[in-house]
Amino acid sequence: MAADDDEIWTDEKAGRLVRPYTVSNGRTSPTNKLDLLSMVKATGRSARAQLDPDLALALHLCHDPTPVVEVAAHLKLPAVVTKVLLSDLIDCGAATTHAPRPAADPTDRSVLEALLHGLQQRL
Amino acid sequence: MAYNNDSEAFPTAVKILIAGGFGVGKTTFIGSASEIEPLSTEELITTASVGTDDLVGVEDKSTTTVAFDFGRITFASQHVLYLFGTPGQDRFWFMWDELCTGALGAVVLADPRRLDASFAAIDFFESRGVHFLVAVNEFDGAFHYEPEEVRAALKLDPRTPVVLCDARDSRSATTVLVALVQSLFSAARPT
Repeated sequence: MAADDDEIWTDEKAGRLVRPYTVSNGRTSPTNKLDLLSMVKATGRSARAQLDPDLALALHLCHDPTPVVEVAAHLKLPAVVTKVLLSDLIDCGAATTHAPRPAADPTDRSVLEALLHGLQQRL
Repeated sequence: MAYNNDSEAFPTAVKILIAGGFGVGKTTFIGSASEIEPLSTEELITTASVGTDDLVGVEDKSTTTVAFDFGRITFASQHVLYLFGTPGQDRFWFMWDELCTGALGAVVLADPRRLDASFAAIDFFESRGVHFLVAVNEFDGAFHYEPEEVRAALKLDPRTPVVLCDARDSRSATTVLVALVQSLFSAARPT
């Protein structure tokens, strides 16, 4: 089933009908180190048709580099469950991520300059 | 695992936290500054609570769901700024380490009608060493304080900036973020 024509199974009032941990087979520990802002990108090396619907949809959402937190919001799943799904995609080669980055350094002037410049352009 | 070593392929994501008491306008602020409608997601955090008298020394761990909103601003420089609104219940997000880790800084939104609702967030960022500023959300103009009055009322460090804003206004919200980044610059400068 392709992700494009597969809606998340939800009920307007009850929300998601499949419980979050069912999606991750009860797992809460992803095999890869991912944080909320880790960027994940589809590699194009896996046929989505072979994946479970939630995995296929997660992969579809990562067509461009997308952070864990955005995938979680679109899947309507807790971030920790989303990390498990994305980790599975990384393990099977369907997606890739960058090496863990050190936490953003609030004293890194190049980052601050980029932000300041970018924000001022929006004023 | 094999990481993708082509770092050019991945933009650099950074985050700023938007905190403040319940109903102060965090989501409104995020929506005004963000290029997308605020998105919402949730996380399960483990909370440890000490047992009652009957269970001296026994620690009880339970998980709590915290919901939070976030927005995004993409820059041409391959940097993406995420604005994370802290969950409403202070006592839970204070235990959520991942939210704070790696944050460049924080905006504490304050409601001039109940400035005391900002104390918890201010104390938290001060104790964690997270750089922050206080933005007074003067959305209805009913209460007006000068920044120095707010600083005195909140017993802020003289170096912590206090600005006035209207969280509904895109330009005003962006100006608050500019002020925060400028103050990060000043703090980064060797003295």
